[in-house]
Amino acid sequence: MIRDLALQGSEMLLVLLLSPLLTGFVRKVKARLLRRQGPPLLQPYRDLARLLRKDVVLAQNASWLFRAIPYIVFACTWVAASLVPTFSGGLLFSWSADLIAIIALIGSARFFQALAGLDVGTAFGGIGSSREVMIASLAEPAMLMIVFTLALIAGSTQLSTMAAFMSSSEVGLRVSLGLGLIALVMVAIAENARIPVDNPATHLELTMVHEAMVLEYSGRHLALIELSSFLKLLLYVSLIGCLFVPWGTATPDADARELLFGAGFYVGKLAVAGFLLAVFETSIAKMRVFRVPEFLGAALMLALLATLLRFVSGSF
Amino acid sequence: MTVVYALYGVAALLALAPIAVFLGAAPRASSIIYGACLIIASGLGANALLALFGHADASGVTLPLGLPWLGSHLRIDPLAAFFLVVVNLGGAMASLFALGYGRHEETPQRVLPFYPAYLAGMNLVVLSADAFTFLVSWEFMSLTSWALVIAHHRDRENLRAGYVYLLMASFGTLALLLAFGLLAGSNGNYAFDSIRAAHPSAGLAALVLILVLVGTGSKAGVVPLHAWLPLAHPAAPSHVSALMSGVMTKVAVYGFIRIVFDLLGAPDWWWSILVLAVGGITAVMGVLYALMQNDLKRVLAYSTIENIGIIFAALGLALAFKAEGLFLAAALALTAGLFHVFNHSLFKSLLFFGAGAVLNATGERDMDHLGGLIHRMPKTAFVFLVGCAAISALPPLNGFVSEWLTFQAILLSPQLPSWGLKLMIPTVGALLALSAALAGACFVRAFGISFLGRPRTPAAASAHETDGLSLAAMFVLAVLCLIAGIVPGFFIDALAPVTQAVIGVNMPHQAGVQWLSIVPIAESRSSYNGLLVFVFVFLSGSIGAFAIHRFASDKSRRGPAWDCGYPDPSSITQYTASSFAQPIRRVFGTTVFRAREIGEMPPPGGMGPARLTVQVHDLIWEGLYVPIADLVGIAAERLNVLQFLTIRRYLSLVFAALILLLLVLAIWQ
Repeated sequence: MIRDLALQGSEMLLVLLLSPLLTGFVRKVKARLLRRQGPPLLQPYRDLARLLRKDVVLAQNASWLFRAIPYIVFACTWVAASLVPTFSGGLLFSWSADLIAIIALIGSARFFQALAGLDVGTAFGGIGSSREVMIASLAEPAMLMIVFTLALIAGSTQLSTMAAFMSSSEVGLRVSLGLGLIALVMVAIAENARIPVDNPATHLELTMVHEAMVLEYSGRHLALIELSSFLKLLLYVSLIGCLFVPWGTATPDADARELLFGAGFYVGKLAVAGFLLAVFETSIAKMRVFRVPEFLGAALMLALLATLLRFVSGSF
Repeated sequence: MTVVYALYGVAALLALAPIAVFLGAAPRASSIIYGACLIIASGLGANALLALFGHADASGVTLPLGLPWLGSHLRIDPLAAFFLVVVNLGGAMASLFALGYGRHEETPQRVLPFYPAYLAGMNLVVLSADAFTFLVSWEFMSLTSWALVIAHHRDRENLRAGYVYLLMASFGTLALLLAFGLLAGSNGNYAFDSIRAAHPSAGLAALVLILVLVGTGSKAGVVPLHAWLPLAHPAAPSHVSALMSGVMTKVAVYGFIRIVFDLLGAPDWWWSILVLAVGGITAVMGVLYALMQNDLKRVLAYSTIENIGIIFAALGLALAFKAEGLFLAAALALTAGLFHVFNHSLFKSLLFFGAGAVLNATGERDMDHLGGLIHRMPKTAFVFLVGCAAISALPPLNGFVSEWLTFQAILLSPQLPSWGLKLMIPTVGALLALSAALAGACFVRAFGISFLGRPRTPAAASAHETDGLSLAAMFVLAVLCLIAGIVPGFFIDALAPVTQAVIGVNMPHQAGVQWLSIVPIAESRSSYNGLLVFVFVFLSGSIGAFAIHRFASDKSRRGPAWDCGYPDPSSITQYTASSFAQPIRRVFGTTVFRAREIGEMPPPGGMGPARLTVQVHDLIWEGLYVPIADLVGIAAERLNVLQFLTIRRYLSLVFAALILLLLVLAIWQ
């Protein structure tokens, strides 16, 4: 029990501490691919520390909700991220929320973030929120369909059980898994506001979505929002890792050496995923905002097709 | 005895109606009537709770009313008890809200007499155990609610709403009348017990199913029979809107379950296809319509249609499982549907109360005339936000639990052998997922445009917080939303007698599961713990807040909005309800509503304003209702000559009709 609690606790801290590093790594690789020096790897930590120390400047008519939302968004994202297995399977509190609940927690964070965009009553906030909910209205059903596919393969919506099933030898190569993986990557790109759906580095442009929503935030509030988006990126990478690249994850009853190995494997997976993401982002152009529904519609159709295949036959 | 107590309560409500007429517009009238309604409805609700938990016998009573050879059968079984709880909880809360809200009513004498009668009518529908009493109560419920819809009759919109409602309600009752006629056969065995004992043939049962789907569906608001609902529900005073949306649609769901699950006998597998298709389409269409509306109460009415779609989809799943003999899965699906019935009655009442408070404070229902209300009405804003989060199925609130249970039921459906269902159910699952995501968008819009931002009109800028009693009703509902979300196991267990009675089995007992989790099938398969999720989110949020305020900065100051350096002081540059919906309108609306945006720019150098016109077509109204209305109009025109005949011709027409009927009878025999 104590050991499980310690594992769960270390998991919570690990995601919190590693997530800025992942974002910093992606930024660094992107910069290097563009032949720039790029910011140091630890720059996101410094940014967070600096933001946390600064005063908050609130817009004149910002309400109490505007001040509460960064904490709500952070809490929902953090809880969701700590329920995804990273280096070790069989998390203590895995049974308290299954994958559907984790997706819904991220949905809660987005719901409140979109409200924050509307609170001050500026045009940029509105444009960000309205586009965010449009993207979510397609990404969320696609994600649920992916969950359905995986749940039907593993016979459970419990993420730990799914991950354990995926690392067992019963899985094999399946068409539905392949479709699910493609759809999941597409959804992950959209959910994390990456190119080609949104540009995390953009400012002062009408093309921005996520950045427009959080434009009015400053100081510690902005730090929390930034940290939440780092956590969300880490969450999706961990999710793809524990379901589709489950090798190297420590078993629930592993000893310290295996746990260390698991952690090493996990950091390796993060590095590979971050590198791939950076390569993908530098090699593709951002889409117009009304091309995004086609992109996400394709993800939804792929995921639905995967689910239908599972319904039609257990062998796909 | 429970049913006798329930009847006393209903009689008391019916007696209140003439008292209200007598009181008229007396200054204390609304307090007396709503206070009495609150007490009676609470009593009826407690009585129903007792019946649900089995502390009462399920024997019925027969009153010497109605058809002479039949009498009037009334009875409380677990299914009826559950819906009585929903009806009377909604009724009690609406009465509490109206104790404060009703004081602002301009013409109380047009609302007060019908309100208790309406509550009595809804109770009687659920209590009745024969077709005749059921239909009479159903019609009584429809007519009293119609009277409440046209309470503010000086508004032409309301009169039109009342007219459409009356037509659709009569049409629905006609379908139910035919359904019961077919079920009872030519001997007139209208008591539910004898209907249950007779097993209709497959063809007859199919016909009855379709008629029932039309009859109860038109009251519940399934697409395409929903057209009256978004007109009528918002037209009534807000507490009545809450009752119509939160409760009366549930009475229609009760009618559907009663007839299809209970009276009609063993289901065929293809019935569920029909119900599932109707449910999935209703869910998505309802929320898409809601996203196109700017009237706050109309948004809520369309969102009711969406939730009815979710409920019908769950019921369709239950039918499919029941038909294929997977009773445990059927119990899960039915529990999901019934739990959503309960949840929707909570948050939809809450949201309509909130809309009523806003209407009272500003005189506006159009979201584009609101804004910034969170500053002027902080308490209403808070409870409205809870309602919005609950209806958007966000954990740890109650809406999420019933959706989660529905998804768990969907994940059991590959066990179903029939191919039609294998293809149908994932599609319905995708439609439900889509509608859940769109509902989130819809309520970000509803709350964000009305309560956040800056006031768009002077009325919104000078709004005031609503009264204490109205707030009390909203707070009770918000707390119930949270409780049902964090300890759903108790509510699922409370539904066990209902599934036991309707399906024959119930879901595993949840009270024994450790840590108050819910485990629908097996722990290895899925479990959810709303309480822990709530505690985790609350703790990590507070720890984060504490740590930051303690160790980093806790200072804040106010300044002008940043807005990328171009803040505009005018509040009309904010996003409006229509502009917020523009991306979704463009993605979904171009096909579903044939939405078009026509931009007119002045010529270069011209000083005229640029205009953007948005056209949205309601294709169901234009493609179904308008042609039927035209057809009726043409037929009336043609048949008009019959009004101006001589007496000889009338007599010969009567004679010809008689001959024709005798001929038909002769051929039939």
